[in-house]
Amino acid sequence: MKHFARRLKVKDNINTDYVISGRYKFKIQDPKELAKYIFEDIDPDFAARVKPGDILIAGENFGCGSSREQAPQALKMAGFTAVVAKDFARIFYRNAFNIGLLLIECNTDFIDDGDELEIDINGGKLKNNSKGLLLDIKPIPLVMKKLLEDGGVVEHFKKHGGFKFE
Amino acid sequence: MGKTISEKILSNHAGRELKAGDVAVCDVDFCFGQDGTSSIIIDSFKKLGVDKAFDKSKFYMIIDHSSPSPNIGVSAIHKKMRDFAKALDVGMYDIGCGVCHQLVPQYGHVTCGDLVLGADSHTCTYGAINVFSTGVGSTDLAITLASGKNWFRVPETIKVIVNGKLPKGVYSKDIILHIAKDLGANGATYKAVEFYGEAITALSVDARLTISNMAVEIGAKVGLMEADAKVIKWVAGKGAKTEPKPVKADIDAKYVSVKTYDVSTLLPQIAKPHAVDNVANVTEIGDVKIDQAFLGTCTNGRLEDLEVAAKILKGRSVYPGVKFFVAPASKEIYLDALKKGFIETFVKAGCSVVAPGCGPCVGTHNGVLANGEVAISTANRNFKGRMGNPNSFIYLASPATVSASALTGRISDPREFKKRL
Repeated sequence: MKHFARRLKVKDNINTDYVISGRYKFKIQDPKELAKYIFEDIDPDFAARVKPGDILIAGENFGCGSSREQAPQALKMAGFTAVVAKDFARIFYRNAFNIGLLLIECNTDFIDDGDELEIDINGGKLKNNSKGLLLDIKPIPLVMKKLLEDGGVVEHFKKHGGFKFE
Repeated sequence: MGKTISEKILSNHAGRELKAGDVAVCDVDFCFGQDGTSSIIIDSFKKLGVDKAFDKSKFYMIIDHSSPSPNIGVSAIHKKMRDFAKALDVGMYDIGCGVCHQLVPQYGHVTCGDLVLGADSHTCTYGAINVFSTGVGSTDLAITLASGKNWFRVPETIKVIVNGKLPKGVYSKDIILHIAKDLGANGATYKAVEFYGEAITALSVDARLTISNMAVEIGAKVGLMEADAKVIKWVAGKGAKTEPKPVKADIDAKYVSVKTYDVSTLLPQIAKPHAVDNVANVTEIGDVKIDQAFLGTCTNGRLEDLEVAAKILKGRSVYPGVKFFVAPASKEIYLDALKKGFIETFVKAGCSVVAPGCGPCVGTHNGVLANGEVAISTANRNFKGRMGNPNSFIYLASPATVSASALTGRISDPREFKKRL
């Protein structure tokens, strides 16, 4: 399936306050409603440009800061298929897979806003069709793969009556 | 091969020997949520189809982030938390009790050698009392609330050695801001940090908590320290239900890197907008006028923080037009500060003392900035919009620097007031 890249003006160290500001997080509980305000403080027009199936592109340390799960929730509800970044902060990393949002680590220097992308998880590649590039993605750890397969940590836990990673 | 503190604590809680990189399911000693994260904890817990906590005494709901409630939406979250705590018959720290990261160690819920999860990123604070504590999201916390367990990837560890004697007017906050500048916002991502050195051991336990609190600002999972006599005495005074189980790293433990600092000549540090690692010496900051000052939070809202501020402010007035908010980190700290006369000093100086809790740190209440306004705060984050307005500017500093700046109306070197320190 083909997807399109959505790139933020800010590249590195995008914290979860920027994904969804505290002033909305406390006021709005419906993630669909929250999704309208993603990245408002750093890129006010961004949310309106996102289309279902898009892939969010960022640089280093995406999702640092606050533990708010509203951040990956709002990204999922905004319609993102995945977030691709050079690397992720650890709480956000867990939170995203826990709710079934795919995160991919790869070099994002060669992906521009609007580029057409294809993800091949099993093959370990991200294809940038607009630039004719094949980018290597970092293998997804086994635990994360299991959580994704089961549809998130709640479903994983219910299915197995606990954690089952072997 | 020797083990780090993280490898040992996680091994102890997994029932098998672990090393960095291993993944294991561990028993968790204590967990909690706050009002920014608990609504989703409750929703996820219900989705799990469980109706009771794994252990009623090992979970708390804590209202601190937006407390008292500024609007109907937050009031609904607070009510949802109270109803849930009642239904599960679990503990709750309601409005006025204080900040989660003060309450959890202060009331003896955790002790040396424990493994703790909190649905708040600054849960790494208790690393200072030799607890492997780290922040998780709400659904991870719900899993632990239901089962008493969670899965952990054992982190690699960076060893940080802080040598030297801190000069007058320079504090633990300045040490961690200096380290943040050097290592950067992602300098320790996924990793644990262990802090050592004479400058660390010379600090009070409260001052050490400030350093571990900000470990997450360099991406760390936890910022651990050894339990020396000061820590053992400190936790003993908090009435923990279990005996402390101090954990030391082995002499041949493997570290991914070792960083050494000497703080003998360290100057007061300032984190400039809009990043915690955007740090400069106070002497390099230039002429920055401020509109607001804030003293408090899980980083610097403890009694000795209020004490240093009171010493600087005593008998003086906050600069005309500057708003100065003070939020003691807990009810007990508030009462102690009252007894010692600090609160009277603050009020007479023109400060607004607000309810124990997170105060204006998260930008939902208690002093939201106007467009273009500048704040100096003792908090741990200065992200754009953090204090409620993306068109404002936040500087981070020690309680002394914040108090000195509140008196002069511009970012000031606290050493100008050194006769009072």
